[in-house]
Amino acid sequence: MNQTIEFTLNGETRHYSVDVRQSLLELLRDELALTGTKEGCGVGECGACTVIVDGETVDSCIYLAVWADGKTLTTVEGLAAEDGSLSDVQTAYVQDGAVQCGFCIPGMVLSSTQFLEDNPTPTRPEIKRALSGNMCRCTGYQKIVDAVADVAEKRQENADIAPVNFTRHA
Amino acid sequence: MYDITGYHEADSLATIFKIIKADPKAKVIAGGTDVLVKARERKQDFIATQLIGITRIPEMQGITMAEDGTLSIGALSTFKQVEKDPLVQQYIPMLGEAVSLVGGPQTRHVGTIGGNICNGATSADSAPTLFTYNATLEIHSEAGVKNVPIADFYKGAGWVDLEPGEILVRIKIAKADYEGYLGHYTKFAQRQALDIANLSCATLIKMAPDQTIADLRICFGVAAPTPIRMPQAEAFAKGQAINDATLKTIGKYCLADTNTRNSWRASKEYRDHLVQIIPARNILAALKEVQ
Repeated sequence: MNQTIEFTLNGETRHYSVDVRQSLLELLRDELALTGTKEGCGVGECGACTVIVDGETVDSCIYLAVWADGKTLTTVEGLAAEDGSLSDVQTAYVQDGAVQCGFCIPGMVLSSTQFLEDNPTPTRPEIKRALSGNMCRCTGYQKIVDAVADVAEKRQENADIAPVNFTRHA
Repeated sequence: MYDITGYHEADSLATIFKIIKADPKAKVIAGGTDVLVKARERKQDFIATQLIGITRIPEMQGITMAEDGTLSIGALSTFKQVEKDPLVQQYIPMLGEAVSLVGGPQTRHVGTIGGNICNGATSADSAPTLFTYNATLEIHSEAGVKNVPIADFYKGAGWVDLEPGEILVRIKIAKADYEGYLGHYTKFAQRQALDIANLSCATLIKMAPDQTIADLRICFGVAAPTPIRMPQAEAFAKGQAINDATLKTIGKYCLADTNTRNSWRASKEYRDHLVQIIPARNILAALKEVQ
Protein backbone atom coordinates (compact mmCIF):
# COMPACT_ATOMS: atom_id res chain seq x y z
CA MET A 1 0.00 0.00 0.00
CA ASN A 2 2.72 2.43 -0.90
CA GLN A 3 2.59 5.65 -2.85
CA THR A 4 5.58 7.59 -4.06
CA ILE A 5 5.56 11.22 -3.08
CA GLU A 6 7.86 14.14 -3.71
CA PHE A 7 8.34 16.89 -1.18
CA THR A 8 10.87 19.40 0.05
CA LEU A 9 12.10 18.63 3.55
CA ASN A 10 14.30 21.18 5.30
CA GLY A 11 15.39 22.60 1.95
CA GLU A 12 16.11 19.27 0.28
CA THR A 13 13.94 17.61 -2.37
CA ARG A 14 12.95 14.09 -1.41
CA HIS A 15 11.27 11.25 -3.26
CA TYR A 16 9.91 8.68 -0.93
CA SER A 17 7.68 5.67 -1.14
CA VAL A 18 5.33 6.00 1.82
CA ASP A 19 2.84 3.59 3.32
CA VAL A 20 -0.57 5.28 2.92
CA ARG A 21 -1.48 4.24 6.47
CA GLN A 22 1.37 6.26 7.91
CA SER A 23 1.07 9.62 9.62
CA LEU A 24 3.57 12.29 8.69
CA LEU A 25 4.92 11.96 12.24
CA GLU A 26 5.64 8.26 11.68
CA LEU A 27 7.32 8.99 8.36
CA LEU A 28 9.57 11.60 9.95
CA ARG A 29 10.50 9.64 13.05
CA ASP A 30 10.46 6.00 11.97
CA GLU A 31 11.57 6.20 8.34
CA LEU A 32 13.62 9.38 8.12
CA ALA A 33 15.06 9.23 11.66
CA LEU A 34 14.13 12.85 12.31
CA THR A 35 13.26 12.32 15.95
CA GLY A 36 13.21 16.00 16.91
CA THR A 37 9.48 15.94 16.17
CA LYS A 38 7.79 14.42 19.22
CA GLU A 39 4.64 12.42 19.71
CA GLY A 40 2.58 13.64 22.66
CA CYS A 41 -1.15 13.03 22.63
CA GLY A 42 -1.43 11.55 19.13
CA VAL A 43 -4.79 13.24 18.54
CA GLY A 44 -3.88 16.80 17.64
CA GLU A 45 -4.35 18.40 21.03
CA CYS A 46 -0.85 19.02 22.41
CA GLY A 47 1.24 20.31 19.49
CA ALA A 48 4.39 18.33 20.35
CA CYS A 49 4.40 16.96 16.79
CA THR A 50 4.09 20.40 15.14
CA VAL A 51 5.85 20.81 11.79
CA ILE A 52 5.58 23.57 9.20
CA VAL A 53 3.87 22.63 5.92
CA ASP A 54 3.76 25.29 3.19
CA GLY A 55 4.09 28.08 5.72
CA GLU A 56 1.50 26.81 8.20
CA THR A 57 1.96 24.76 11.34
CA VAL A 58 0.21 21.39 11.43
CA ASP A 59 0.01 18.52 13.90
CA SER A 60 1.92 15.79 12.07
CA CYS A 61 0.30 13.01 14.13
CA ILE A 62 -3.08 13.58 12.46
CA TYR A 63 -1.68 14.42 9.04
CA LEU A 64 -1.27 11.58 6.56
CA ALA A 65 2.23 11.20 5.17
CA VAL A 66 0.88 11.07 1.59
CA TRP A 67 -0.48 14.60 2.04
CA ALA A 68 3.10 15.89 2.03
CA ASP A 69 3.16 15.25 -1.73
CA GLY A 70 4.18 18.46 -3.52
CA LYS A 71 4.62 20.39 -0.28
CA THR A 72 7.46 22.12 1.52
CA LEU A 73 8.14 20.94 5.06
CA THR A 74 10.26 22.28 7.88
CA THR A 75 11.01 20.26 11.01
CA VAL A 76 13.05 21.40 13.99
CA GLU A 77 16.11 19.79 12.36
CA GLY A 78 15.82 22.36 9.56
CA LEU A 79 16.17 25.46 11.72
CA ALA A 80 19.85 25.54 12.62
CA ALA A 81 22.40 26.75 10.05
CA GLU A 82 24.67 24.25 8.28
CA ASP A 83 27.49 24.97 10.71
CA GLY A 84 25.20 23.98 13.57
CA SER A 85 24.61 27.50 14.87
CA LEU A 86 21.11 27.93 16.24
CA SER A 87 18.42 30.16 14.76
CA ASP A 88 17.61 33.34 16.65
CA VAL A 89 14.41 31.74 17.96
CA GLN A 90 16.32 28.73 19.30
CA THR A 91 18.95 31.00 20.82
CA ALA A 92 16.31 33.08 22.58
CA TYR A 93 14.70 29.95 24.05
CA VAL A 94 18.09 28.97 25.49
CA GLN A 95 18.98 32.44 26.76
CA ASP A 96 15.58 33.06 28.35
CA GLY A 97 15.54 29.71 30.12
CA ALA A 98 12.39 28.76 28.25
CA VAL A 99 13.27 25.06 28.17
CA GLN A 100 12.37 22.79 31.07
CA CYS A 101 11.89 19.10 30.25
CA GLY A 102 12.14 20.01 26.57
CA PHE A 103 9.52 17.69 25.13
CA CYS A 104 7.22 20.43 23.85
CA ILE A 105 10.06 22.65 22.68
CA PRO A 106 10.52 21.50 19.05
CA GLY A 107 6.83 22.18 18.47
CA MET A 108 6.96 25.46 20.39
CA VAL A 109 10.01 26.61 18.42
CA LEU A 110 8.37 25.79 15.08
CA SER A 111 5.13 27.56 16.02
CA SER A 112 7.19 30.55 17.18
CA THR A 113 9.33 30.57 14.03
CA GLN A 114 6.38 30.55 11.63
CA PHE A 115 4.44 33.04 13.73
CA LEU A 116 7.28 35.57 13.66
CA GLU A 117 7.41 35.23 9.87
CA ASP A 118 3.70 36.04 9.68
CA ASN A 119 3.70 38.71 12.37
CA PRO A 120 7.08 40.38 12.95
CA THR A 121 5.75 42.87 15.54
CA PRO A 122 3.47 40.86 17.82
CA THR A 123 1.83 41.83 21.09
CA ARG A 124 1.99 39.43 24.04
CA PRO A 125 -1.65 38.32 23.61
CA GLU A 126 -0.92 37.61 19.94
CA ILE A 127 2.09 35.48 20.92
CA LYS A 128 -0.04 33.56 23.40
CA ARG A 129 -2.72 32.92 20.81
CA ALA A 130 -0.09 31.80 18.28
CA LEU A 131 1.28 29.27 20.75
CA SER A 132 -2.12 28.17 22.04
CA GLY A 133 -1.94 24.91 20.09
CA ASN A 134 1.24 23.87 21.92
CA MET A 135 1.02 22.59 25.45
CA CYS A 136 3.91 22.72 27.92
CA ARG A 137 3.19 20.33 30.77
CA CYS A 138 6.01 21.85 32.81
CA THR A 139 3.75 24.92 32.46
CA GLY A 140 6.73 27.13 31.64
CA TYR A 141 4.73 29.38 29.38
CA GLN A 142 5.90 32.81 30.58
CA LYS A 143 9.51 32.34 29.57
CA ILE A 144 8.48 30.84 26.25
CA VAL A 145 6.40 33.93 25.54
CA ASP A 146 9.34 36.08 26.74
CA ALA A 147 11.65 34.33 24.26
CA VAL A 148 9.35 35.00 21.32
CA ALA A 149 8.91 38.63 22.36
CA ASP A 150 12.70 39.01 22.63
CA VAL A 151 13.26 37.67 19.13
CA ALA A 152 10.71 40.11 17.73
CA GLU A 153 12.34 42.97 19.60
CA LYS A 154 15.87 42.06 18.48
CA ARG A 155 14.83 41.65 14.86
CA GLN A 156 13.13 45.02 15.05
CA GLU A 157 16.26 46.66 16.48
CA ASN A 158 18.41 45.16 13.72
CA ALA A 159 15.94 46.23 11.07
CA ASP A 160 15.87 49.77 12.48
CA ILE A 161 19.63 50.07 12.39
CA ALA A 162 20.39 48.30 9.14
CA PRO A 163 19.12 50.71 6.47
CA VAL A 164 20.58 53.82 8.12
CA ASN A 165 24.31 53.26 8.28
CA PHE A 166 25.52 50.41 6.22
CA THR A 167 24.89 48.36 3.14
CA ARG A 168 25.45 44.70 3.51
CA HIS A 169 27.75 43.09 0.94
CA ALA A 170 27.23 39.49 0.15
CA MET B 1 -0.22 3.40 11.42
CA TYR B 2 -3.86 4.05 10.80
CA ASP B 3 -6.04 1.03 10.18
CA ILE B 4 -7.07 1.92 6.64
CA THR B 5 -7.16 -0.30 3.59
CA GLY B 6 -6.20 2.26 0.98
CA TYR B 7 -5.98 5.94 0.12
CA HIS B 8 -7.16 7.75 -3.00
CA GLU B 9 -6.43 11.38 -3.71
CA ALA B 10 -9.54 12.48 -5.64
CA ASP B 11 -9.01 15.08 -8.36
CA SER B 12 -12.69 15.66 -9.16
CA LEU B 13 -16.16 15.12 -7.73
CA ALA B 14 -16.76 12.49 -10.43
CA THR B 15 -13.83 10.48 -9.08
CA ILE B 16 -15.31 10.52 -5.56
CA PHE B 17 -18.71 9.37 -6.84
CA LYS B 18 -17.05 6.54 -8.79
CA ILE B 19 -15.03 5.26 -5.84
CA ILE B 20 -17.99 5.40 -3.46
CA LYS B 21 -20.25 3.65 -5.96
CA ALA B 22 -17.81 0.76 -6.02
CA ASP B 23 -17.26 0.86 -2.25
CA PRO B 24 -20.04 2.65 -0.30
CA LYS B 25 -18.07 2.23 2.92
CA ALA B 26 -15.15 4.33 1.70
CA LYS B 27 -14.72 7.40 3.92
CA VAL B 28 -14.24 10.90 2.65
CA ILE B 29 -11.47 12.80 4.43
CA ALA B 30 -10.65 16.52 4.23
CA GLY B 31 -8.37 18.02 6.92
CA GLY B 32 -8.53 14.82 8.95
CA THR B 33 -8.80 16.54 12.33
CA ASP B 34 -11.96 14.57 13.13
CA VAL B 35 -11.65 11.51 10.85
CA LEU B 36 -8.10 10.56 11.89
CA VAL B 37 -8.86 11.10 15.58
CA LYS B 38 -11.84 8.75 15.25
CA ALA B 39 -9.70 6.27 13.30
CA ARG B 40 -7.17 6.29 16.08
CA GLU B 41 -9.91 5.71 18.65
CA ARG B 42 -10.92 2.74 16.46
CA LYS B 43 -14.47 4.03 16.07
CA GLN B 44 -16.69 1.89 13.91
CA ASP B 45 -16.93 3.11 10.27
CA PHE B 46 -13.52 4.77 10.58
CA ILE B 47 -11.31 1.68 10.54
CA ALA B 48 -10.65 -1.07 8.00
CA THR B 49 -11.93 1.22 5.30
CA GLN B 50 -10.38 3.10 2.42
CA LEU B 51 -10.07 6.85 2.58
CA ILE B 52 -10.77 9.33 -0.21
CA GLY B 53 -8.81 12.55 0.13
CA ILE B 54 -10.80 15.49 -1.22
CA THR B 55 -8.70 18.55 -0.38
CA ARG B 56 -7.51 19.10 -3.96
CA ILE B 57 -10.95 19.40 -5.58
CA PRO B 58 -11.29 22.82 -7.27
CA GLU B 59 -15.10 23.36 -6.96
CA MET B 60 -14.85 23.06 -3.18
CA GLN B 61 -12.29 25.85 -2.68
CA GLY B 62 -12.49 29.58 -2.19
CA ILE B 63 -14.96 32.14 -0.86
CA THR B 64 -16.85 34.18 -3.44
CA MET B 65 -19.80 36.54 -3.80
CA ALA B 66 -22.38 36.14 -6.57
CA GLU B 67 -23.95 39.12 -8.39
CA ASP B 68 -27.03 38.96 -6.18
CA GLY B 69 -24.85 39.24 -3.08
CA THR B 70 -25.01 35.57 -2.10
CA LEU B 71 -21.85 34.50 -0.34
CA SER B 72 -20.52 31.10 -1.28
CA ILE B 73 -17.99 29.36 0.95
CA GLY B 74 -16.14 26.35 -0.45
CA ALA B 75 -16.56 23.42 1.94
CA LEU B 76 -12.79 22.90 1.95
CA SER B 77 -12.04 26.39 3.23
CA THR B 78 -9.94 25.92 6.33
CA PHE B 79 -10.93 27.70 9.53
CA LYS B 80 -7.96 30.01 9.04
CA GLN B 81 -8.99 30.85 5.48
CA VAL B 82 -12.52 31.65 6.65
CA GLU B 83 -11.22 33.79 9.54
CA LYS B 84 -8.87 35.81 7.30
CA ASP B 85 -11.17 36.14 4.28
CA PRO B 86 -12.02 39.76 3.37
CA LEU B 87 -15.60 38.91 2.30
CA VAL B 88 -16.23 37.10 5.58
CA GLN B 89 -14.74 39.98 7.57
CA GLN B 90 -16.87 42.54 5.74
CA TYR B 91 -20.25 40.80 5.44
CA ILE B 92 -20.44 37.93 7.92
CA PRO B 93 -17.85 38.79 10.58
CA MET B 94 -19.54 36.61 13.22
CA LEU B 95 -18.54 33.53 11.22
CA GLY B 96 -14.89 34.61 11.20
CA GLU B 97 -15.10 35.24 14.93
CA ALA B 98 -16.64 31.81 15.55
CA VAL B 99 -14.12 29.78 13.55
CA SER B 100 -11.22 31.69 15.11
CA LEU B 101 -12.17 29.90 18.35
CA VAL B 102 -11.87 26.34 17.00
CA GLY B 103 -9.19 24.22 18.75
CA GLY B 104 -5.72 25.65 18.28
CA PRO B 105 -3.85 27.15 15.31
CA GLN B 106 -2.71 23.77 13.95
CA THR B 107 -6.32 22.53 13.83
CA ARG B 108 -7.48 25.75 12.17
CA HIS B 109 -4.77 25.41 9.50
CA VAL B 110 -6.07 22.09 8.20
CA GLY B 111 -9.60 21.63 9.58
CA THR B 112 -12.33 22.68 7.14
CA ILE B 113 -15.69 24.36 7.60
CA GLY B 114 -17.37 21.63 5.53
CA GLY B 115 -15.90 18.96 7.77
CA ASN B 116 -17.05 20.87 10.85
CA ILE B 117 -20.65 20.69 9.58
CA CYS B 118 -20.59 17.13 8.17
CA ASN B 119 -19.11 15.80 11.43
CA GLY B 120 -22.52 16.57 12.94
CA ALA B 121 -21.35 17.70 16.38
CA THR B 122 -23.65 20.04 18.28
CA SER B 123 -20.52 21.76 19.61
CA ALA B 124 -19.13 22.63 16.14
CA ASP B 125 -18.05 26.27 16.39
CA SER B 126 -19.18 27.17 12.87
CA ALA B 127 -22.64 25.62 13.23
CA PRO B 128 -24.65 28.05 15.43
CA THR B 129 -23.45 30.97 13.32
CA LEU B 130 -24.38 29.27 10.05
CA PHE B 131 -27.82 28.46 11.53
CA THR B 132 -28.46 32.12 12.30
CA TYR B 133 -27.35 33.16 8.82
CA ASN B 134 -29.85 30.60 7.41
CA ALA B 135 -27.05 28.98 5.44
CA THR B 136 -27.90 26.65 2.57
CA LEU B 137 -25.77 23.59 1.92
CA GLU B 138 -25.05 22.75 -1.71
CA ILE B 139 -24.76 18.98 -1.85
CA HIS B 140 -23.59 17.16 -4.96
CA SER B 141 -24.04 13.53 -5.89
CA GLU B 142 -24.00 11.53 -9.07
CA ALA B 143 -27.75 12.25 -9.36
CA GLY B 144 -27.27 16.03 -9.32
CA VAL B 145 -27.23 18.98 -6.97
CA LYS B 146 -29.54 19.71 -4.06
CA ASN B 147 -29.70 22.70 -1.74
CA VAL B 148 -30.53 21.90 1.87
CA PRO B 149 -31.21 24.46 4.63
CA ILE B 150 -28.67 23.81 7.37
CA ALA B 151 -31.43 23.37 10.00
CA ASP B 152 -32.77 20.38 8.02
CA PHE B 153 -29.31 18.86 7.63
CA TYR B 154 -28.77 18.02 11.29
CA LYS B 155 -30.70 14.89 12.30
CA GLY B 156 -29.22 14.01 15.69
CA ALA B 157 -25.98 13.84 17.64
CA GLY B 158 -23.24 13.15 15.09
CA TRP B 159 -25.91 12.40 12.50
CA VAL B 160 -26.44 14.53 9.39
CA ASP B 161 -28.50 14.06 6.26
CA LEU B 162 -25.66 12.94 4.02
CA GLU B 163 -25.81 9.59 2.23
CA PRO B 164 -22.73 7.78 0.92
CA GLY B 165 -21.94 9.39 -2.42
CA GLU B 166 -23.22 12.82 -1.38
CA ILE B 167 -20.65 15.56 -0.93
CA LEU B 168 -21.10 18.98 0.68
CA VAL B 169 -19.48 21.24 -1.91
CA ARG B 170 -20.39 24.80 -0.88
CA ILE B 171 -22.12 26.68 1.92
CA LYS B 172 -24.23 29.64 0.77
CA ILE B 173 -25.61 32.65 2.62
CA ALA B 174 -28.13 34.96 0.90
CA LYS B 175 -27.74 38.73 1.07
CA ALA B 176 -31.07 39.15 2.93
CA ASP B 177 -29.70 36.91 5.68
CA TYR B 178 -26.66 39.05 6.49
CA GLU B 179 -27.39 42.58 5.26
CA GLY B 180 -28.16 44.95 8.13
CA TYR B 181 -27.52 42.36 10.83
CA LEU B 182 -25.07 42.58 13.70
CA GLY B 183 -23.86 39.47 15.40
CA HIS B 184 -21.90 38.05 18.28
CA TYR B 185 -20.81 34.50 19.03
CA THR B 186 -19.93 33.18 22.47
CA LYS B 187 -18.03 29.98 22.97
CA PHE B 188 -18.35 29.23 26.66
CA ALA B 189 -15.53 26.84 27.56
CA GLN B 190 -13.05 26.18 30.36
CA ARG B 191 -10.04 27.33 28.35
CA GLN B 192 -9.51 29.98 25.69
CA ALA B 193 -8.00 27.46 23.26
CA LEU B 194 -7.89 23.71 22.59
CA ASP B 195 -11.27 23.22 24.15
CA ILE B 196 -14.77 22.22 23.19
CA ALA B 197 -17.69 24.46 24.15
CA ASN B 198 -19.67 23.76 27.32
CA LEU B 199 -22.27 25.83 25.58
CA SER B 200 -22.11 28.07 22.53
CA CYS B 201 -24.46 30.71 21.21
CA ALA B 202 -24.66 32.74 18.03
CA THR B 203 -26.91 35.80 18.07
CA LEU B 204 -27.79 37.90 15.05
CA ILE B 205 -29.82 41.07 15.44
CA LYS B 206 -31.29 43.69 13.13
CA MET B 207 -32.58 46.93 14.62
CA ALA B 208 -35.49 48.98 13.25
CA PRO B 209 -35.10 52.77 12.82
CA ASP B 210 -37.19 53.31 15.97
CA GLN B 211 -34.59 51.32 17.97
CA THR B 212 -36.81 48.29 18.44
CA ILE B 213 -35.74 44.81 17.39
CA ALA B 214 -36.62 44.21 13.73
CA ASP B 215 -35.30 40.66 13.72
CA LEU B 216 -33.49 38.43 16.19
CA ARG B 217 -31.97 35.04 15.53
CA ILE B 218 -30.46 32.88 18.25
CA CYS B 219 -28.85 29.48 17.88
CA PHE B 220 -27.25 27.39 20.61
CA GLY B 221 -24.69 24.63 20.37
CA VAL B 222 -24.55 21.94 23.08
CA ALA B 223 -28.05 22.89 24.32
CA ALA B 224 -29.60 19.92 22.47
CA PRO B 225 -28.31 16.96 20.41
CA THR B 226 -28.00 19.31 17.42
CA PRO B 227 -27.49 23.07 17.12
CA ILE B 228 -30.91 24.58 17.80
CA ARG B 229 -32.67 27.87 16.93
CA MET B 230 -34.92 29.60 19.47
CA PRO B 231 -38.31 30.11 17.79
CA GLN B 232 -40.18 31.43 20.86
CA ALA B 233 -37.54 33.96 21.87
CA GLU B 234 -37.11 35.12 18.27
CA ALA B 235 -40.88 35.58 17.78
CA PHE B 236 -41.22 37.44 21.07
CA ALA B 237 -38.30 39.79 20.36
CA LYS B 238 -39.73 41.33 17.18
CA GLY B 239 -40.83 44.91 17.87
CA GLN B 240 -39.48 44.98 21.44
CA ALA B 241 -37.22 47.69 22.76
CA ILE B 242 -33.96 46.53 24.28
CA ASN B 243 -34.19 46.75 28.04
CA ASP B 244 -33.75 44.47 31.04
CA ALA B 245 -37.28 43.09 30.85
CA THR B 246 -36.93 42.19 27.15
CA LEU B 247 -33.55 40.52 27.67
CA LYS B 248 -34.83 38.54 30.66
CA THR B 249 -37.88 37.34 28.76
CA ILE B 250 -35.68 36.27 25.84
CA GLY B 251 -33.66 34.20 28.32
CA LYS B 252 -36.79 32.57 29.73
CA TYR B 253 -38.01 31.59 26.26
CA CYS B 254 -34.57 30.18 25.45
CA LEU B 255 -34.75 27.97 28.52
CA ALA B 256 -38.12 26.68 27.29
CA ASP B 257 -36.76 25.89 23.83
CA THR B 258 -33.50 24.19 24.80
CA ASN B 259 -32.89 20.64 25.96
CA THR B 260 -29.60 20.65 27.84
CA ARG B 261 -27.95 17.68 29.49
CA ASN B 262 -25.46 16.74 32.16
CA SER B 263 -21.99 15.86 30.96
CA TRP B 264 -18.53 15.84 32.46
CA ARG B 265 -17.98 19.24 30.85
CA ALA B 266 -20.85 20.97 32.63
CA SER B 267 -23.99 20.19 34.59
CA LYS B 268 -27.49 20.68 33.23
CA GLU B 269 -28.10 23.38 35.86
CA TYR B 270 -25.03 25.29 34.76
CA ARG B 271 -26.01 25.04 31.10
CA ASP B 272 -29.59 26.11 31.87
CA HIS B 273 -28.21 29.17 33.64
CA LEU B 274 -26.00 30.02 30.66
CA VAL B 275 -28.88 29.53 28.22
CA GLN B 276 -30.76 32.32 29.97
CA ILE B 277 -27.97 34.88 30.14
CA ILE B 278 -25.74 34.44 27.09
CA PRO B 279 -28.20 35.66 24.40
CA ALA B 280 -28.58 38.96 26.29
CA ARG B 281 -24.82 39.33 26.58
CA ASN B 282 -24.48 38.60 22.87
CA ILE B 283 -27.12 41.16 21.92
CA LEU B 284 -25.38 43.86 23.94
CA ALA B 285 -21.96 42.87 22.58
CA ALA B 286 -23.23 42.88 18.99
CA LEU B 287 -24.77 46.33 19.37
CA LYS B 288 -21.69 47.68 21.16
CA GLU B 289 -19.41 46.61 18.33
CA VAL B 290 -20.96 49.21 15.99
CA GLN B 291 -20.76 52.16 18.35
